[in-house]
Amino acid sequence: MEKLIHDFSVGLFIWQSVIFIVLIFLLKKFAWKPILSSVEDREEGIRTALDEAKAAKEEMAKLKSANEDLLKEARAEREAMLTEAREIKEKIVTEASTTAKDEAAKITAAAHESIKGEKEKAMVEIKNQVAAMSIEVASLILKENLSSDANQKALAEKYVNDLNLN
Amino acid sequence: MEVVILQRFLNTNYCLFVMQNKLVGKLLLALMFVFTMGATANTHSEPAGLDEDARTKAEIKEGIDHHLIDSYEFTITHGVSMPLPVILIDNGVHIFSSSEFHHGESIVEKGGNYYTISHGKIYKTDAAGTITYAEPNSKGDVYVSNEKPLDLSITKNVFMIILMALFMFFIFKGVSSSYNNQLPTGAGRFLEPLVVFVRDEIARPNIGEKYYKNYMSYLLTVFFFIWFLNLTGMMPFGINVTGNITITFSLALITFLITNVTAKKDYWGHIFWMPGVPKPMRIVLAPIELLGVFIKPFALMIRLYANMSAGHIVLMSLVGLIFVFKSWLATGPVLGLTLALSVLELLVAALQAYIFTMLTALYFGMAVEEHGDH
Repeated sequence: MEKLIHDFSVGLFIWQSVIFIVLIFLLKKFAWKPILSSVEDREEGIRTALDEAKAAKEEMAKLKSANEDLLKEARAEREAMLTEAREIKEKIVTEASTTAKDEAAKITAAAHESIKGEKEKAMVEIKNQVAAMSIEVASLILKENLSSDANQKALAEKYVNDLNLN
Repeated sequence: MEVVILQRFLNTNYCLFVMQNKLVGKLLLALMFVFTMGATANTHSEPAGLDEDARTKAEIKEGIDHHLIDSYEFTITHGVSMPLPVILIDNGVHIFSSSEFHHGESIVEKGGNYYTISHGKIYKTDAAGTITYAEPNSKGDVYVSNEKPLDLSITKNVFMIILMALFMFFIFKGVSSSYNNQLPTGAGRFLEPLVVFVRDEIARPNIGEKYYKNYMSYLLTVFFFIWFLNLTGMMPFGINVTGNITITFSLALITFLITNVTAKKDYWGHIFWMPGVPKPMRIVLAPIELLGVFIKPFALMIRLYANMSAGHIVLMSLVGLIFVFKSWLATGPVLGLTLALSVLELLVAALQAYIFTMLTALYFGMAVEEHGDH
């Protein structure tokens, strides 16, 4: 202890204390304050950035789920539309085929009708023609046969015979 | 002669301190050269009349003692030293170069007073250079009893403190202006984590969020000041600033003053009227607690002083062993041991700076602690 007291130097103590205290204030002004504030600013910046990133992530998740909902809705809508379209298509096809069948039947019926009419007309025509021709032939034959008395007699006889047979 | 080799070894074998900042490095180098210009040769008187072994040991002890104490000249290497200014206040201010003492061999006369150097200190004396000694104390130590002038000399330690203050100022000012987009560049990349360490590991946990900012400047300055000076102690040139009781006393005193000046009501309440104990006990505890107020900074002072001095003594003693053994066989193991202890000392340099700062923060924490009811 005595050695320590003996080692103590007043001059060195004064120098050390003065220089050190001045150093504290100089460093405080020119170094520690700017350094610590830079560090704090940076830490604050990092904290804010992290918070923002977290918020953005949450926002993204929200958006994603919203997107999925939208997609699901759209899919359902498409499905519905497709089903409807299919139904409409079937309906149209069915309707069309029904209409076509009816039309075809109508046309066929009309055709039959007209064919039948034409046929009857043709039959009448033919009957008339045949009757006229028959009369012509009959008149020609009669003219021929009745030109002689003998023939007339023969014919009359023949008719009488035929009648007798009846 | 051995001491010559010992000192050369100490001066050359330590790793060189890497300059963090080119500008500061150049400045320091320039200063070195300016002062080396005035360097003078140095001769040592060898103690005579002893046998060789005893003389070797005496020389080693003298070398170690000489290394540990403050000096009026800055020894660059053995035989080359630069004188430093002596400033004495004794009936006026006397400023002169320490070279006038011729390494303690001459008596200097200024303003009618005579001065001489004995054991690294300037004493007033007479024209014949008489030195009187006090009665030996209980341990048999003898101290000079001559009157001392107020000695404000720029000694080796003062010179180192000034250099260190300049070095720290430029380094940390450089760091503070090196911030680019909130990120440090250059030396700041290495020093900023240490600043953050002092803040987050020392100040915040011990002082608390509320008050720690008030103490940051002192804690940071004291941490880097002690650490850097401990490291300069590992350099050549025999610098031993933090192993000097005056320096550690000054640092501990500042801690003591800040602690007690900034202390809150609860701190004093705990010292003089300890809550939560019976009344008679409070009266017993008060003087003990009051003593603690002084013991805490005293322990800070002794711890730093003893650790740094011990490191220097152990390292130099180990190197001294080479000369005691007088055998080359001893050199290898001794050098290995010295290297290992040097590495340990590097750790101690940082550790002691940490402990001093840490305990200082702890005392500040006690001073500003706000207790709820017990």
